[in-house]
Amino acid sequence: MNPMEARILDELRAVVDGRGLISSPEELHTYECDGLTNFRVMPRAVLLPNSTEEVQAVVRICNRERIPFVARGSGTGLSGGALPVENGIVISLARMNRILEVDYPNARVVVEPGVINLDVTERVSPQDYFYAPDPSSQSICSIGGNVAENSGGAHCLKYGFTTTHVLGLEVVLPDGSLVHFGGKTLDAPGYDLAGVFVGSEGTLGVATKIILRIVKRPECVRTLLAAFPSTNEAGAAVSDIIAAGMLPAAIEMMDNLAIQAAEAAVHANYPNCGGLLLVELDGPVAEVEALMSDVDEICRSNGASEIRLAQSDAERALVWKGRKAAFAAMGRISPNYIVQDGVIPRTALPRVMSEITRLSQEAGVRVANVFHAGDGNLHPLVLYDRRISGQEEAAEALSSRILELCIEAGGSITGEHGVGEDKKKMMSKMFAEPDLATMQRVRCAFDPLQLSNPTKVFPTPRLCGEKPGEYVAHPAETAGIAERF
Amino acid sequence: MDAATKSEASGLHSSLRYKFIALVGNEYVRAATAADAVAGVRPKLVIEPGTETELAEVLRLSNEAGLAVIPRGGGTKLGWGNRPARADLILSTARLTGIIEHAWADLTVSVEAGCTIQRLQETLAEHGQRLALDPLWPEKASVGGVLSTNDSGALRLRFGALRDLIIGVTLALPDGTLASSGGKVVKNVAGYDLPKLATGALGTLGVINRAVFRLHPLPRNTRSFSVSAANAGETERFVLAVQNSKLAHTFLQSHFSSDASPISDILFEGTEAGLTAQEGQLRNLAAPASVAEASKSRWSAREELWSLADPGTTAVAKISMLPGDLARMMGRVEHAAQLHPLRWRALVYATGLGWIRLEGQPAALRGALELLRVEMETHGGSLSVLHRPEKMAEFDAWGNAGDALRLMKAVKQRLDPKNTLNPGRFVGGI
Repeated sequence: MNPMEARILDELRAVVDGRGLISSPEELHTYECDGLTNFRVMPRAVLLPNSTEEVQAVVRICNRERIPFVARGSGTGLSGGALPVENGIVISLARMNRILEVDYPNARVVVEPGVINLDVTERVSPQDYFYAPDPSSQSICSIGGNVAENSGGAHCLKYGFTTTHVLGLEVVLPDGSLVHFGGKTLDAPGYDLAGVFVGSEGTLGVATKIILRIVKRPECVRTLLAAFPSTNEAGAAVSDIIAAGMLPAAIEMMDNLAIQAAEAAVHANYPNCGGLLLVELDGPVAEVEALMSDVDEICRSNGASEIRLAQSDAERALVWKGRKAAFAAMGRISPNYIVQDGVIPRTALPRVMSEITRLSQEAGVRVANVFHAGDGNLHPLVLYDRRISGQEEAAEALSSRILELCIEAGGSITGEHGVGEDKKKMMSKMFAEPDLATMQRVRCAFDPLQLSNPTKVFPTPRLCGEKPGEYVAHPAETAGIAERF
Repeated sequence: MDAATKSEASGLHSSLRYKFIALVGNEYVRAATAADAVAGVRPKLVIEPGTETELAEVLRLSNEAGLAVIPRGGGTKLGWGNRPARADLILSTARLTGIIEHAWADLTVSVEAGCTIQRLQETLAEHGQRLALDPLWPEKASVGGVLSTNDSGALRLRFGALRDLIIGVTLALPDGTLASSGGKVVKNVAGYDLPKLATGALGTLGVINRAVFRLHPLPRNTRSFSVSAANAGETERFVLAVQNSKLAHTFLQSHFSSDASPISDILFEGTEAGLTAQEGQLRNLAAPASVAEASKSRWSAREELWSLADPGTTAVAKISMLPGDLARMMGRVEHAAQLHPLRWRALVYATGLGWIRLEGQPAALRGALELLRVEMETHGGSLSVLHRPEKMAEFDAWGNAGDALRLMKAVKQRLDPKNTLNPGRFVGGI
């Protein structure tokens, strides 16, 4: 380590009171990747600030020394958003995990970014409230990470995504200054910068406080399981439910391979079938019961061989446990697998499914399918064995091809996992150059030096001109490794 | 065209006018009249492009020539915001009225900015769907204008604001760039959420050319009720009790005024069985107050508030407060109105958003608005003055944009570096 680095490390260490700095190689290994483990980069150091002021002080040093930084929550992200960048530091928000305020009359909660998603719900459940966004990792993922990724979950069909539930943010900008977007009241004067920040994957700054909306628990929740011969019939039932003017809290679908894996892992007691549908309705008892009988009838008329209504909270919890464990359950039926995340218009489901099946057979690679069927969010799990030569490449190729199918169908390359490191090359397939250039202009307003998670989301590195059109060439530009915007 | 207009219009460089005419056709480039004035400022030209590409090109040429451009949809809310610092050209979306795709089975619609809300809703209703939004003057208001002003009404409580309904946008930027973000699917986290940035930006960052929305089914049945209260304190207790209950209401709004005691309206949507059960629960919850069927006129409460008998002695403001501050804030309004003195009425939703109308002499209006803005901002809220008499002294429409103003200006600078779009009309001089 050269002397300048030692000087900077000392300065950073002083900010976080010594104990909040990790710089020994063996400890840094924990931070070299997030939930997407095939990308790994060792950070120079990891900082664990304990307050907004400490985050600001760390970011100011980064700004002064031009050190790129990556904010990290629980590290459960599946697109490499929290992957460190070369020669950069990681700012872990894990110690900033306090619930600062719970305001029931106004249904607001103020939290620090390291608070675990499920802890918010647990905190407010005595008063019968909950925090609606429920990614499958909700028992370990952090609110700060949810904000970065605009996390969804099974119930966003009815309740919306993280962005729907974030009313205000305190943010440390990449120059170290502190700003506030939105607030506890709605429609604060000015641009909706909270709307831009949520889902920006750590590229616009570091959130240090988040104002959340909480929701009153509905009077009842009913969960129905319906077994179909294949995902086609199950998909037709989903379309009929939507066409009937219902907005269920969740509609989830699993194919046979996914059912087998979930059964092996958590014994959810799922019926063995080609396409399993899980439909959840919530609201006033009389309303839900009337609608549930409609759902029952729609499932039968689309060929459901078996229909079960969860009879107790425990049964309901088990049904969900199987679904939420589906990704991890793949380990039971395959040594390796890729978790994909793409979105299609719901109506394209049969066409895209049969194409996935065809491609899977052609490549000799199995694909298990788990969907948030109500909103067309597919999670194909591409199964392979790394020990068999060529399988990993075949699986990766198939996984990318599935995303292209999503784009061709008018959908998206990611519904909830984010672009991160993993999908940045796909961005230019989904968006035209002027679209990406415009997003980049917004990024330059927040982070002209490109220090905040700089290598993520966008396909090509670019620099920000201070004044558009007037600039002096940057060395990276003349060397042909970056273009300026 | 009168002589003055002619000379103003000819003030634009003639070769530029030829370019506009060559682009969009002679009949769609005309001199502005007094009816085209924007907050008292009269522009020179009105241009109505027929396509997105034409619109982007007109904007690019104007930007290059240093002209100030005022985007206009239905023109119903053109007066919202501060007086423009400059206004040369009105860029109208009146000819961009297409409903590009109603993917009803996917519950989405892609629509051009100039389409009126009413025409959009009529088309969606053919498949039993709606854009779950109740903006002002839907028969005239355009998609682009409603988005730019972030106009929402009572349905917001249940379905969210425009920011929660818009899933894709195509913007024309001053340099002629046509940029899309978001997409056609409801669930999508690829790239920055620029639909939200354009929503409520008052056309200062780019001109919205088209938008994609998520849709909701039309309700099977509806029932609505009104509940009277003796005073604002009682109303607040009722509103908070409903919000803290298991009722699945679609909207909840309360009326206050200098002349009558408060009344709240609540709307339910759903199956007959569900509605009957909820009606019973509501009656229990409201007791001892009586619950009456609401009259249909309750739906148009916001438009009524906006129907100004004398615009010269009326101000209308949008207010935002915490729902739990309802009684306190209504008390402040009453106090300000006594002090100055003014007649007033207010409509406040359970979200904490609301509208107030004040009637009196311009100086009294100004005094009351100043006082109320301080009250709202002190308690974390805001007050935006969207109509004031011409004779009332200058008054910033928006109030304090907070510590993010510098960043907002940086965003503006990146997208509209020459300050071409709606200059001076938005927060902090943007």
